Amino acid sequence: MAEVMAEFLQLAFSGLTVGAVYALVALGFTLIYNASDVINFAQGDFVMIGGMGTVFLTAAGIALPLAALIAIIGTVIVGLLLHRFAIQPARGASPVALIMITIGASIFIKGVAQVVFDKQFHSLPAFSGDTPIAIGGATILPQSLWVVGGALVLVVALYMFLEHTLLGKAVLATAANRLAARLVGINVTIVLALAFGVSAAIGAVAGVLVTPITLTRYDLGTLFALKGFAAAMVGGMGNPMGAVVGGLLIGLMEAFGAGYISSTYKDAVAFIAILVVLFFMPRGLFGGRSVERV
Amino acid sequence: MSLLSVSNIGISFGGVVAVDEVSFQVAPGEVFSIIGPNGAGKTTLFNLVTGIYKPLHGKVLLDGAEVAGLAPHLLVRRGMARTFQNLQIFFRMSALENVMVGCHLAERSFLLADLLGLPSVGRQNRLTRERAMALLTRVGLERHADTEAGGLSYGVLKRLEIARALAAEPRILFLDEPAAGCNAVETEAIDHLIVEIARSGTAVVLIEHDMKLVMRISDRVLVLAQGRPLAEGAPLAVRDNPAVIAAYLGNHGQKEAQRAHG
Amino acid sequence: MLATILRARFTPLLALAVLMAVIPLVAPSAFYLRVAALVWIFALAALGLTILMGYAGQVSLGHAGFLGLGAYGVAIGPAHLGLSPVLSLFLSAAAAGLIAYVVGRPILRLRGYYLAIATLGFGMILALVFNSETAITGGPDGMQVARLTVFGWRISGTQNWYWVAAGALLIGAWIALNLVASPTGRALRALHDSEVAASAVGVDVSRKKLAAFVIGAVYAAFAGGLLAAMNGLITPEAAGFMHSIELVAMVIIGGMGSVIGAVVGAAFLVVLPQALTAFQDYEQALLGLLIMVFMILLPGGIVPTARKWLLERLS
Repeated sequence: MAEVMAEFLQLAFSGLTVGAVYALVALGFTLIYNASDVINFAQGDFVMIGGMGTVFLTAAGIALPLAALIAIIGTVIVGLLLHRFAIQPARGASPVALIMITIGASIFIKGVAQVVFDKQFHSLPAFSGDTPIAIGGATILPQSLWVVGGALVLVVALYMFLEHTLLGKAVLATAANRLAARLVGINVTIVLALAFGVSAAIGAVAGVLVTPITLTRYDLGTLFALKGFAAAMVGGMGNPMGAVVGGLLIGLMEAFGAGYISSTYKDAVAFIAILVVLFFMPRGLFGGRSVERV
Repeated sequence: MSLLSVSNIGISFGGVVAVDEVSFQVAPGEVFSIIGPNGAGKTTLFNLVTGIYKPLHGKVLLDGAEVAGLAPHLLVRRGMARTFQNLQIFFRMSALENVMVGCHLAERSFLLADLLGLPSVGRQNRLTRERAMALLTRVGLERHADTEAGGLSYGVLKRLEIARALAAEPRILFLDEPAAGCNAVETEAIDHLIVEIARSGTAVVLIEHDMKLVMRISDRVLVLAQGRPLAEGAPLAVRDNPAVIAAYLGNHGQKEAQRAHG
Repeated sequence: MLATILRARFTPLLALAVLMAVIPLVAPSAFYLRVAALVWIFALAALGLTILMGYAGQVSLGHAGFLGLGAYGVAIGPAHLGLSPVLSLFLSAAAAGLIAYVVGRPILRLRGYYLAIATLGFGMILALVFNSETAITGGPDGMQVARLTVFGWRISGTQNWYWVAAGALLIGAWIALNLVASPTGRALRALHDSEVAASAVGVDVSRKKLAAFVIGAVYAAFAGGLLAAMNGLITPEAAGFMHSIELVAMVIIGGMGSVIGAVVGAAFLVVLPQALTAFQDYEQALLGLLIMVFMILLPGGIVPTARKWLLERLS
């Protein structure tokens, strides 16, 4: 009995850890989607740049915190460039065109990354050692606590930013109604750029936190993007709370699926979740009902 | 017996009641107008009856058969066609092709034959083309036949939508603001067209803000306000109904009504 | 005169046939013929997407999954079931159509982003299956494919494959051109512009979308089968996400809804990596850049834009 419980806990821990990363990716998606109606496929690549950047900077002899900071700033710059040169010129394009643009951007970033970095897997040392902490018969890596804790801090910080700062409120206003936001004097272009910048930062932080556990490589972003996307969709597109819950759910389902059923199709869990949710609740768990106006 | 009989139909969106307990009947060949201020629920009522929305409650009888909640493409088969308030045109197709799509129901088409380009498809295409051309001529758009619809003016597109709806050979035609955004000449053309359609035996249910047009061609008028029926009857009776004037037309409306008199 | 030719329905078919006849005369070596054969095969897969995306306006980011179904069908039929390769090709195309029919019913209720992601997920699951069911598919290493034999004639050699691929594409193009000028084709183009209006004139929108999805799947599966048989080998990457994106990129770069566009797009994405082998490391970056640049600067695609420009010049 205790063994069963321990296994359950062990799976829950690993599920929550990856789930926290998916939640952050989903949160980044949500932020950009709300501000600009764009599904940013390159969101997963922000995670990769954050991780890879930190790896290569520490390898160059820079201390980890500084390396992480530089990598995060670098990722933000990539996010801003993405907005300025790929999204802004394509204003008014169809959803499919926009998704193809960000997919193109994602492929481009991967292509550049394999030249700038390399094609190998890389890791970072865990922030506070590798000694597992025992909880209820299961163990948890200190780095997992970093990931979950970091995600929590980011979610709270984002919430505070959106609800309690003028700039954050401008983002929310733009999300609610772009034209109205423009009319009350909000510089929508800056708000959109901000959304891309903040999303990039969130992705990069997730990358730095999770690299000691999952390793990183130039093409890692695709899976993160897809799973983060699944999380956002399961939670209901555009709902930040939903994104976080969806991320944790996908992480847990993956872990339990791999533990109890088969690890072969671990990566399929997210897609099966998407398909199931889309068929039964096309607006996601937390999405409202929408009516087409004609 | 009436062709269309709607009783106690209603729907609400997110707790807001958009249409509530509306009933009306339409007879063959009749022009039945639905008027009311913006947001009164006129278009929602159209969408309920023509299958775009599923009504929460109420009945829609077409020729005595219950059709509430049937999908639009099934309702057309039973003789119900419509146009849209904000144009729903196939913009990347020519005007003629738009009407040809309208002939869809009358076309005998098999996927395999379509893929293999069998001679039967060619024959069907010729037939459809002729029918569509005749309809374009009927609404006076024959010279625009080969123009891509995206390049046509608003007033032209309004008539194109009517031609497309007529292609389904409806027994009842729903027109949602057919004259909105049209100039006086175009409005007059649409006026004649509606009268002619009704004369041919097709019932016309009309939403229109142009009161002159409504008063001139309607047999009966239903007034909606805040999703509920306010009055129903002959145009003159409705126009002079104090409740209508007070609740809907207001001062501005009274002036408009007087102009309609003269 | 030229404008009439540009507008005539079967002009693309004729242009394609002429091109197909000329290439072997001018190709300096078998390598070029092989690249051309690859172009025809990918153009066939892209044509299926043209019907789905360009005509009906429904995106699929998992189309390579169907290509994989065809490819693995041709490999698995002879290897595990003792079927002839040619029979396997047709059976797997039919199976892909059937799977598209079953999966498409729920998936095609979705729109825009939701449809894109659902199809993407479906394609990923297929690729995962090809990758994981090692006993049947050979796993990540892929599997050998038996030679195609038609009435005792073993198709081999670049020259023969060139003509087989060209013939398949011609038939595919002919069918696509038939479709667009038929009642079904009109219904597809109509629902692309307005689903509400299409259904209001009696078009059974979900059934038509499903038809386009199934047709697209059969095209892709056929192309996949030919690809596997020509290469003699198939690996799971053929069904992967990147491949799906490349197929969509072919349709968009060549020009949505244009038959010749699918061929031009396929040529673009097949020939480019061959031409840039010296810069192999930059291939992915270039592909990404191309997709972005085309989507932003030339959203109509090469062929429709050029055609419009020509027609305006001529009138």
